[in-house]
Amino acid sequence: MDLFLQRIFDGFTTGAIYAAVAVALVLIFKATTLINFAQGELAMAGAFVGYIFAVRSDVLDFISEEDSFTKTWVAAILAMIISAIMAMAVERALVRPFDPDDHLPVVLITLGLFLIINAVVGEIFNYQAQNPPMPGLFPNDFDNFWRIGGVTDAEGNVSGGARLFWDAAGIVLSLAAMLFFLYLLLNKTKMGLAFRAVSSNVESARLVGVRTGRVLGFGWALAAAFGTLGAILVAPRLSLQPNMMAVVLIYALAGAAIGGLDSLGGAAVGGLIIGLVNSVGVGYISDWEPFEFLRAIPLFLSLIAMLLTLLYRPSGLFGTKRVERV
Amino acid sequence: MTIAETESRGAAGSSKEIMLSVSGLEASYGAVQVLRDLSLDVPKGEVVVVLGANGAGKTTTLRSICNMVTCSGSVTLEGDEIGKMNTADIVNRGVAHVPQGRGTFPELSVKDNLYVGAYTRSDKGGVEDDIALWFEKYPVLGERHDQAAGSLSGGEQQMLAVSRALMSRPKVLLLDEPSLGLAPIIIEDLFQTFKQINEEQGTTMLVVEQNANLALDIATKGYVLEAGEIVLEGDAKQLQNDPAVQEAYLGG
Repeated sequence: MDLFLQRIFDGFTTGAIYAAVAVALVLIFKATTLINFAQGELAMAGAFVGYIFAVRSDVLDFISEEDSFTKTWVAAILAMIISAIMAMAVERALVRPFDPDDHLPVVLITLGLFLIINAVVGEIFNYQAQNPPMPGLFPNDFDNFWRIGGVTDAEGNVSGGARLFWDAAGIVLSLAAMLFFLYLLLNKTKMGLAFRAVSSNVESARLVGVRTGRVLGFGWALAAAFGTLGAILVAPRLSLQPNMMAVVLIYALAGAAIGGLDSLGGAAVGGLIIGLVNSVGVGYISDWEPFEFLRAIPLFLSLIAMLLTLLYRPSGLFGTKRVERV
Repeated sequence: MTIAETESRGAAGSSKEIMLSVSGLEASYGAVQVLRDLSLDVPKGEVVVVLGANGAGKTTTLRSICNMVTCSGSVTLEGDEIGKMNTADIVNRGVAHVPQGRGTFPELSVKDNLYVGAYTRSDKGGVEDDIALWFEKYPVLGERHDQAAGSLSGGEQQMLAVSRALMSRPKVLLLDEPSLGLAPIIIEDLFQTFKQINEEQGTTMLVVEQNANLALDIATKGYVLEAGEIVLEGDAKQLQNDPAVQEAYLGG
């Protein structure tokens, strides 16, 4: 029971990070009906921007040393804003000039961006895990956890039980807060209305006076901010380095596909499902000898989960079924 | 509801003030020329209809006015050239367009469709009043204001598309085959509604249609488009009685 609970906690934590990146992918997909393969690298670059503010540069040193969490949070928010601006510039300069109905050039551009961003960050910071490491947004020392269950011995020492680490809870809550913010932005603001209009019917959106280009830029900016938050949350766990998002992106893609590529809520659920499959599914199935190999390649089970979902629901759990009228 | 009509900048020498004027319009898709030297005038406060068979260039004419296709020629709104502007600016100037096949936002709620229609407006109170007005006019939209527009019937969606377009309080409304795919009884209702809106609000309309009879009934003036060229123009009544038009578009 303790082990099961532990695996659930772990699954939700990694799942929340996949969910953040999956939501970023879906934001772009809803606006442009294409997958931004550079999403993970944009997020990684954003995390490095946060790293510069939090560790490498002294611009935030006016925030007192004792209060290192405030400093990290300010760095993270600055990184989200800067990566949003960078993403808008990328969209304006490299994506918008191309015909939106012709997907191939834009997909090639996002693949090119993937390589360029990775190489540039690698060139500046090298490909090692960064030292000093990226500080966490939440206390993440070894003893920062709540114990659930467990037994107390005669001397009053507690052992066993499931450990809910503070930073794990913080990661899940951050995702929930971000989703809530996104909900308000899309449903209560004029720009949000324009975004939903463009993703529902681009042509009619233009005909009511929506400047679709600006809306696409807004989508890219939101996606970059979301991805950057995910990358900053995951950085202390994976250790900050230029290749850290490559695997996260694959899991996030699987999550987005399971949830339905055009559903933001679906992406969040899909990301969490992938997290749980990885932790609970791989955890238990790999105990069985023929499937021990899963420990080495846990991705296998996630992709099976995606395959099965798509086999029975081709548009994902929450995606809209597209019916083309001809 | 009244629309403030403050501008009175009529074309000199003409008895009627021209709201929308198109001249020398040419459009092509690749090597295929769709419109040839097309010119038409829409007088203020009137309903003008463009008749034509499938492929005559009706939709392209409307899309050219909104600069949604590559085209050349001149388009003026109340005398100001709008031909080179981008679509959003043209809409801002007061052109509303109901595209063929309804053009609602199927995933958005009925109410959000109306809000999007008022995208260019910044008077919040006025927008709310207008929404209330449309819900009063079409109670079915009011009853289903929370429902996704895609779940409405074809006729209801067309009503929504028209209401959506009028939410911007346009000077001129472009209607692209509003009767397409609707039952005859609903089409009749719809054209009555157009007439009513035109009379009550003074909205100028340019309608392209295959359903010639109903369209000519509510129009003051008509054009006949064939293979991208205007082959005939005149008063609506005159066209209704024209033997050539009767044979081609009114079923003899």
